[in-house]
Amino acid sequence: MVKLLTGNELLRGDVLWWDGKGWSLSIADAVALEPAEGASILEREAAGERISDLALIDAEVVGGRFRPVKIRERIRGFGPTVRPDLAVAEQDWR
Amino acid sequence: MYQYDNIDQAVVDARVAEYRDQLERRLSGALDEDHFRPLRLKNGLYLQMHAYMLRVAIPYGTLSGQQMRMLGHVARRYDRGYGHFTTRQNIQYNWIRLHESADLLAELATVEMHAIQTSGNCIRNISSDQYAGAAVDEVEDPRPWAELLRQWSSFHPEFSYLPRKFKIAVIASDTDRAAMKLHDIGLQIVQRDGETGFRVYVGGGMGRTPIVAPVIREFLPAGDFLSYCEAILRVYNRYGRRDNIYKARIKILVHDLGAAEFARQVEEEHAHVKTLGLDAPEAEIARIRDFFAPPAFQTGLSDTLDRSDPDFALWPDFALWPDFALWVDRQVVAHKVPGYRIVNISLKPVGQIPGDASADQMDVLADLAERYSFDEIRVTHAQNLVLPHVRAADLKAVWEALNAAGLADANLDLATDIIACPGMDYCTLANARSIPVAQQLARLLAPRESELGELKIKVSGCINGCGHHHAGHIGILGVDRKGNENYQLLLGGSGAEDTSLAQILGPGFDEAGIVGAVERVTTAYLSLRADGERFLDTYRRLGAAPFKAAVYGAAVNGEAAHG
Amino acid sequence: MAEYFAIDDRALASLEPDVVIGPGEDVRVHADLGNHRVIGIDFPKWRDGRGYSSARMLREMGFAGDIRAIGDLTVDQLIFLKRSGFSSLAADRPMDPAAAQAALSRFPYVYQRAADSMAPAWALRHPAVSAVDE
Repeated sequence: MVKLLTGNELLRGDVLWWDGKGWSLSIADAVALEPAEGASILEREAAGERISDLALIDAEVVGGRFRPVKIRERIRGFGPTVRPDLAVAEQDWR
Repeated sequence: MYQYDNIDQAVVDARVAEYRDQLERRLSGALDEDHFRPLRLKNGLYLQMHAYMLRVAIPYGTLSGQQMRMLGHVARRYDRGYGHFTTRQNIQYNWIRLHESADLLAELATVEMHAIQTSGNCIRNISSDQYAGAAVDEVEDPRPWAELLRQWSSFHPEFSYLPRKFKIAVIASDTDRAAMKLHDIGLQIVQRDGETGFRVYVGGGMGRTPIVAPVIREFLPAGDFLSYCEAILRVYNRYGRRDNIYKARIKILVHDLGAAEFARQVEEEHAHVKTLGLDAPEAEIARIRDFFAPPAFQTGLSDTLDRSDPDFALWPDFALWPDFALWVDRQVVAHKVPGYRIVNISLKPVGQIPGDASADQMDVLADLAERYSFDEIRVTHAQNLVLPHVRAADLKAVWEALNAAGLADANLDLATDIIACPGMDYCTLANARSIPVAQQLARLLAPRESELGELKIKVSGCINGCGHHHAGHIGILGVDRKGNENYQLLLGGSGAEDTSLAQILGPGFDEAGIVGAVERVTTAYLSLRADGERFLDTYRRLGAAPFKAAVYGAAVNGEAAHG
Repeated sequence: MAEYFAIDDRALASLEPDVVIGPGEDVRVHADLGNHRVIGIDFPKWRDGRGYSSARMLREMGFAGDIRAIGDLTVDQLIFLKRSGFSSLAADRPMDPAAAQAALSRFPYVYQRAADSMAPAWALRHPAVSAVDE
């Protein structure tokens, strides 16, 4: 189990993942964070007021990829399951 | 329908300018998110799972063709080509970009539209009967009163920071097409000795604590309309709970005080505020009512839809057009004016997303409203649409246009006419996805739809109940069960005048399980029903027991309840 | 930037409130309000809008002094405060007086009668039948 930092970009609301240096649209670029480190990055990014709904979420590593534990987070990273044409990326949200 | 004067337009324009200023302060960093969030919510802009969602107000569900065309333009220009009509007669867009939101509101203002108070702890969109002005059974058109309330409630200085959101519905018939008794205030226009007044219900609602509103005042004279509402809101603002978000609606206050004591407090406050000159003069009611005067209906039109009438030359040979005939049977209802009909438009094609419409479809709808319905189209709280004033002679042409646009499903109030909230596919509040459940149920039940008859299925993705599951003949509530989606099955609700709250049947199910459970409920109904009974009637006659047995009794079935 | 803002000419900047009424308190049972020059109404949280009712009721009771809104308030509440009868504001966070003035003059029309002197839209539309005996 690892922690990933995620948030929504201010202007478009796009779901973003912390990649170690900045923010990426792809969960594939995300980095696992220690809780304390994650909390401090979260606090810093929150103060920047450019990323909303910041959260450290739990994820498992499955087949070499990050898989958020909660289905809500998986759907968040994918897009509306009923509109796969609007999906962000190839992700197994189930 | 109502048209803005310079005052209305100035107010909406000022609101856009105010929001633009607030947005600029947010983008420049002068305003932080904590302080900006309530401001954007007051303009209906939510940050959801994947993007910003904007909820545009459609006052009492009434639109002109021009406004519908603008909604299509917004979908194209500012969103991803579609919008979603909601259970409060509004429309939602799911992919709005924050930095374009002020421009979007400015465009809406050019056609007398806005997103004012579509979110936040304030008075929300006033809802009404989608057949207003056309219904055979209405006392008068309820919408002038809804418009009066809309104005009174807009930026009301005392009631903009209520304990919780506040929803009002106005109807004018004994038949309730607006789920009136499930609102914070429900108003039914009645006549007493030739005088127009209101029967006032307060304290209805769904969500965590569903309650059918009690009558607080049997007859309120029209002249006291605004001051009485003011009194209700003041009692609520002062005494509604603010310690617990789940106990903050007025229904809790009314329930805790008891209807009689609540009414007494309102009467006491009303005796005071009535003297303050809050009520609009009769001249203002008359001014607004003029906008809702009947359109120039043709007279002397033949009114029969009797297909066996050999003189009925207007009618196509129904035998040649079975789809059209079915659509007429199911979607078209009587109008108060001979020769006209009310046309229901389904936004529930089997397997599609309930309540969604594409920009192209909105253009078609705008054209149809202008050409065939005196430039009016309505949104219903069941996420469908209505053309209120269509000549019987034009029904075929309307159907052909709808059919070409994928809008001619004939399923009004049937098993595939399912209400579903956006659910966890879109909404951050949701615990489960609701749309896929609705889609699967629609596909499953479509072959038996005719046989099943009137069956209102309503799906909510969380306890907030935006899918109105408590008012469903069959209601489904999505919950979180140890991080997984789970669905509760409820039976026996109704949002019509025979208002009742659906009751939970037993333990919940996973996604496949709930679909199977509903199937067993419908099969049981078919085997148990007496002649002419709807599902709701059979349930009320027999109670939950036979359905419980049908759903859970076959416990050997491994796909059944998961505790 | 200023924490204190005079909303109208009933404001008494140099005086502290004689009494501060909390959100849950009933102004109608408070004694001797007529003797006060400044009544404060507390807004510990901007979400809690009970103070708007309190101020408006005070004006309805005939209080003509300074009603001061105190607490978690910003320019975005100013017009509601004014219309509810507040005559001054002492905010937790300072605000830009220019932004405050802009906020107060933003809306040229209002829809409902409240505790201020603005005529509701229906009164402007029908002046002959809307005169109120003050």
